[in-house]
Amino acid sequence: MKNLKKSCIYLLLTIGAFIMVFPFIWMILSSLKTAAEVNSIPPTFFPSSPTMENYTYALEKAPFLIYFRNSVIVTIACVICTQFTTILAAFAFSRLKFPGRDLMFSLLLSMMMIPFEMLIITNYQTIVGWNLVDNLAALIIPFTSSVFYTYILRNFFLSIPDSLYYSARVDGASNWKYLWRVMVPMAKPALVTIGLLNAITCWNSFLWTVLVTNKTENRTLPFGLYAFMTSSGIRYERLMAAATIVVIPMIILFICFRKEIVTGVSRGGLKG
Amino acid sequence: MKITLEHLTKKFGSTIAVNDLSITMESGKMIALLGPSGCGKTTILNMLSGILPATSGKIWFDDQDVTSLPPEKRNIGLVFQNYALYPHMTVLENICFPLEIKKVPKKQRIARARELAELVRISEYLDRKPAELSGGQQQRVAIARALAKEPQLLLLDEPLSNLDAKLRVEMREEILRIQRASNITTIFVTHDQEEASSIADDVILLKLGVLQQQGAARTLYDEPVNFFAADFLGAPPINKLRGTVENGAFVFEGSNVSLTLPLRREVSNGTKAILALRAESVVVPADGASLTARVMNRYSINKDELSVLEICGQQFRGFISGDYPLSIGEEICFSLKKRGVFLFVEETGERLA
Repeated sequence: MKNLKKSCIYLLLTIGAFIMVFPFIWMILSSLKTAAEVNSIPPTFFPSSPTMENYTYALEKAPFLIYFRNSVIVTIACVICTQFTTILAAFAFSRLKFPGRDLMFSLLLSMMMIPFEMLIITNYQTIVGWNLVDNLAALIIPFTSSVFYTYILRNFFLSIPDSLYYSARVDGASNWKYLWRVMVPMAKPALVTIGLLNAITCWNSFLWTVLVTNKTENRTLPFGLYAFMTSSGIRYERLMAAATIVVIPMIILFICFRKEIVTGVSRGGLKG
Repeated sequence: MKITLEHLTKKFGSTIAVNDLSITMESGKMIALLGPSGCGKTTILNMLSGILPATSGKIWFDDQDVTSLPPEKRNIGLVFQNYALYPHMTVLENICFPLEIKKVPKKQRIARARELAELVRISEYLDRKPAELSGGQQQRVAIARALAKEPQLLLLDEPLSNLDAKLRVEMREEILRIQRASNITTIFVTHDQEEASSIADDVILLKLGVLQQQGAARTLYDEPVNFFAADFLGAPPINKLRGTVENGAFVFEGSNVSLTLPLRREVSNGTKAILALRAESVVVPADGASLTARVMNRYSINKDELSVLEICGQQFRGFISGDYPLSIGEEICFSLKKRGVFLFVEETGERLA
């Protein structure tokens, strides 16, 4: 009975995993096919004669290296800035006591209800006002803080017992020291998780990028994919090759930090 | 370091946790803050450490007024009930942490940490994380960390409550040994009278934020100032027999059996009173003036024979030597020792004799 239940669970999970992974497998397999094979009916699953030609085309034709460089710069800058502001804000909202703290936090939370598309208008005006249109900074500045990640991290910080804080204070640590030496290391899984989510969001950001950049040298990878679709028709095998190039860094990142996300904090210093 | 509390008061909203407390605690001593839960003992500890601000009153460390100093400026060591070790640091890093904050050079702080690890006997676990240690070992680490910066005062919040019974006895002796070796004024909070009696030089007994009695555990046991103190200390708990005071003698409730005790002050006839007897104050066979009781039951606790006796319809317990033949239902004569027999006014708890 127990085994049957277990097999059912595994079966469901396997089906779910397959559904999730299939588009990626299809993308990779298609990127290795020739144009004729991609459009052949009935479609083939495995490429009959795998070719790397699409990849060389994608890298040569579209200025992928520039896009790639920009994407890396923007993503790293956004993630670092967001992590920093998020840590400080989460600490303030969870540990410091100041008048209007909870009201301010509620106001911030209510901001999450405003869709990003609405913020685009005001953000665009700000960027124009600052003369940053068609500049990489325009891709970074609006994304240096996040209410959502602050909310997540604040809740994590709240779960760290008060006694650790007081203990550190008695040991002579200031708020600043306590934050960086105790709270941040303990919140590592939460920080890695939000960092990763943020990196994926930045990496995939498209709408805003198209709006505020014009020149090739300021554009990022998602725009590169778009370029494959505008010219006469869509060459799926090339698009798939380009998409693979775009997706791979995020997959590598995810694999590297997978363990950090899955493991909770090892709570060992506390009893009772 | 001598600690003086001067009219110390702490209010949480309308509840008074600590009420106008004035105490002096001598330097280099092991001091217990004892009381039932809600008596304000942890609140006092938190005010001593600076975590909680006092509502009014003053705290003096020797002749320095520390009432408004933040915790980091008080030079104290604090061990929490849950030990509050940093889970991401090894034992060595945990002990070094206060020194790191003080910017002690790395070599020196490691040397100091090793010294302390030696003192609390955890030298072989320095590279482990707190999660890999047992409760007793975690506590030793917490004590070592608290001692690292050479505090003038060590505070322990319910240090033994998270340990199992056997380890508790072992650790309380260990804490005493560490205190004697480091000679630091140590204050610990406990609700366990046995724990306080066994290791404290000085016991401060509290009830609802008010000081009841301060002194050596023996003094509190032998000369309780009020009913609460007599009742709180001692195992088995003190026997309580109800009655009234008539013409300067205690008369058992619902009878005319009386017992003459030297009263401290005159009380009006008919005042309700409680006769409190320690189980070891019952003497059988009777020696001198005697009372009569019926044997209700008898059982042994390790080496002791505890008998349940009944006098005028009220039961009490007394230690009677196992060699003395007693059968259940039998009437026996007993007398009382001078020690361990007290009389209190029922309503106020004031001691009469």
